[in-house]
Amino acid sequence: MTDVSQDSRRSARAEASRRAFYRFRQSRLSMVGATMVAVVLFFTLFGNLLAPYPEHVRGGLNTAERFQAPSLAHPFGTNELGQDVLSLVMAGTPVSVAAGFAVVLIGTVLGVVVGALAGFNGGWIDDVLMRFSDLMLTIPSLILAMAVAAALGPGFVNMIIAIALSWWPGYARLVRGEVLQAREEVYVAAARAIGASPARVLFRHILPNIVSPVIVKMSLDMGFAILTVAALGFIGIGVRPPTPEWGTLLSIARNYMPDFWWTAVFPGLAMFLAVFGFNLLGDGLRDVLDPRARR
Amino acid sequence: MSALLDIRDLHLSMHSFEGAAKVLAGVSLSVEKRQIWGLVGETGCGKSLTGLSVSRLVRTPPAEYTGGQILLDGTDVLGLSEPQMRALRGRRVGMIFQDPTTNLNPAFRIGTQLIDVALAAARHDPSILGLDARAGRRARKAAARKLAINMLTEVGIPAAESRLDDYPHQFSGGMRQRVLIAMALIGRPGLLIADEPTTALDVSVQAQILTLLKQMVAAHDMGVVLITHNLGVVAQTCTHVAVMYAGTIVEKGPIAEVLADPAHPYTQALLRAIPDRSVARGQLQGLAGSVPNLIHPPPGCRFAPRCALARPSCLEGPPPLHTRAAGHEVACPVVEELQHA
Amino acid sequence: MLEIENVSRVFPARQGMFGKTEGVRALHEVSLSVRKGESFGLVGESGSGKTTLTRQILRLDTPTSGRILFEGEDMARLSPAALRALRAKVQIVFQDPYASLNPRMSVHDIVTEPMLIHRATLGLNRQQRTDRAAELLELVGLGPQHLYRHPHEFSGGQRQRICIARALAPGPSLVLLDEPTSALDVSVQAQVLNLLIELQQRLGLTYFFISHDLGVIRYICDRVALIYRGEIKEQGETQRLFDAPDSDYTRSLLAAMPPDIRRVGRQ
Repeated sequence: MTDVSQDSRRSARAEASRRAFYRFRQSRLSMVGATMVAVVLFFTLFGNLLAPYPEHVRGGLNTAERFQAPSLAHPFGTNELGQDVLSLVMAGTPVSVAAGFAVVLIGTVLGVVVGALAGFNGGWIDDVLMRFSDLMLTIPSLILAMAVAAALGPGFVNMIIAIALSWWPGYARLVRGEVLQAREEVYVAAARAIGASPARVLFRHILPNIVSPVIVKMSLDMGFAILTVAALGFIGIGVRPPTPEWGTLLSIARNYMPDFWWTAVFPGLAMFLAVFGFNLLGDGLRDVLDPRARR
Repeated sequence: MSALLDIRDLHLSMHSFEGAAKVLAGVSLSVEKRQIWGLVGETGCGKSLTGLSVSRLVRTPPAEYTGGQILLDGTDVLGLSEPQMRALRGRRVGMIFQDPTTNLNPAFRIGTQLIDVALAAARHDPSILGLDARAGRRARKAAARKLAINMLTEVGIPAAESRLDDYPHQFSGGMRQRVLIAMALIGRPGLLIADEPTTALDVSVQAQILTLLKQMVAAHDMGVVLITHNLGVVAQTCTHVAVMYAGTIVEKGPIAEVLADPAHPYTQALLRAIPDRSVARGQLQGLAGSVPNLIHPPPGCRFAPRCALARPSCLEGPPPLHTRAAGHEVACPVVEELQHA
Repeated sequence: MLEIENVSRVFPARQGMFGKTEGVRALHEVSLSVRKGESFGLVGESGSGKTTLTRQILRLDTPTSGRILFEGEDMARLSPAALRALRAKVQIVFQDPYASLNPRMSVHDIVTEPMLIHRATLGLNRQQRTDRAAELLELVGLGPQHLYRHPHEFSGGQRQRICIARALAPGPSLVLLDEPTSALDVSVQAQVLNLLIELQQRLGLTYFFISHDLGVIRYICDRVALIYRGEIKEQGETQRLFDAPDSDYTRSLLAAMPPDIRRVGRQ
């Protein structure tokens, strides 16, 4: 009997995921987004390994070949130090994506904790926490990040902390709203009626049911977080050369526009691909996970 | 004379991940003036889809009409374009839905909403406002306002004029449903489709709304299709009844005929399930089994898999309609045969 | 078994931006007594105070005045531990089977959850809980093969059976049935009503049955009380109340009822 039920459990899961995939496929744009994200993730994992000129990634120069236009040997051309732009862009993928993901993840964790506490408890806890997150929202994230960078010094980790600090209030608001709504569900009343403790109600009945909007927001935010990371790199308080990072690459290339356009266009294109892909994916996920928002 | 509404052999498929569900399979129904047809059946039997189809409010895709006609005063609405359809809605067919709260816009005064509907209807038929086509905007607005007041009074809202400026939330559930009825009737439709209009209401309010519906039919020479899952409501209100099961009409006819002599096994089962004065505790009979999968429906009679009378021949093809008494038709040859045996 | 004595519940005035609103009197001096093993019906229209009264019995809310005794004990005076134990004895089935099951939980998790919460009282280990969940599913007419499915895979009637199984899981003696069949089709309603009757006989349950459907109440209840605007208008034996109502309110309610189907046919 148990075997049968285990089997039916597995087939039910498979069925559910097939159904979700069908819904996802209904929208061509989300498929495009998923493909773009897949490409980005591929280079996140293998960008360093596949870079045709790994020595350039590590900071090696080749001044003899400065500013070569795109060619077969250098499809994206070379930069002011004679480094292969394709290699730098590929190697920059993990840095940008990891930074973006770290920002979103930290922001989500903080936001979920604050939002869930506020929404579930209500009362003064809610007031205090939400006013605090409102306050955080009023500070422009770039300025906050610059302040953090000034206080802690520039660098990869500090940059992530800085952006995440300005990132979580969005999640806190989202989660609080969702928790407030879920708190009124009949199944929550049912859980309370069977004697469930507040912690059980929150963790077993409310939080699992608000995962979808959070995931959707995470995906939509990924692109924006990557952009913010690049922006900090661009203004020079993020990742430091020689570590290749899209924003930094763009920042340096700015000086050689428009004559050596390839030094700027290709890192920009990579950024565009990643941001656009994550946004399309997020929209597609919303269709699958959050039936209410579907047209 | 042609009927007000004549649905002929309507087939509708609904496409989804699992495949195409044949949600309506040969629905035929003819409604004339002054008739109130109760369209009854359980969840998913296609009664609402039938009603929505008349106003062409079913989204295509995912739905697809695979056959049949819906003749409204002789015109097949399935062949009309969307702009032509818009001209019909509200004017030839009025609709009321279940939940009176969600069908009134909470942000606007009910007067504004009624006047809008009146003006929109007048664009296609200026006579609704009692003005000729050249009347100015101001005159039309004044006439629309007067019409709104008249309609509200007619559906039993006291002090109608002063209530025009109220918002929907200032009305009780029953009063809101009256406002919706007024709104549906403002374009003087010949046919009214009421989809579970009293399901969200208390019994005493329900009785009032049903009485109002009957009065409106008499006063305006309308035909009504009342979609409901509640046979009690049908018995209280309707002149005719059509019982639907899994996308087909299994039995239809004048109300007294059908209730006095329910012939189809499904109709009988439905009646046996109603807790009534005469039923002792524990004696109610539910209906075993479940509604068939409409993607792969049983061939032939769709009720056959749950039917005590079913025999192999039931699965051979769609059961033909037999006339039992004047206007009383049953889609079950077995019952007819047993009767004559 | 359950004594409700002069219970009133007034929701306090809210102090809004535009001054004070008046307090809402949701229940006024409600007294009822439910006997062991009977089905007691509570009839009322929307806003009559039915739901507020249920919340008092479940101790999800506290009466402004009056008291509620369960098996002779004043619920307000119970220690937290005793209250928790009491939660196992009083269970509820809600109206809407589509909303009252957590969509993320499997049937197994839903039905075992009350046993998990009350494991101190019930003393069942993991395996025993799973076994009992399977038994309960059998009891409510669903096979144990449904154990690892999720709510969305079931029809309304089946979901309501799952809700009933969940309510029975901690071994209650009193079950509140809050319009348990009004979201269901008639043929399914009949099945669920019969299941409830059968379970009552087998397990010796006491039912507190809330409904606005007089037909259902007449079918299932021994005694019935009518509540209107927070006050009990009439109570008594079901048969008597339907045949010879005392109050005008009861008479008007009975008059609004749809006619007996079978009688319409006979005319």
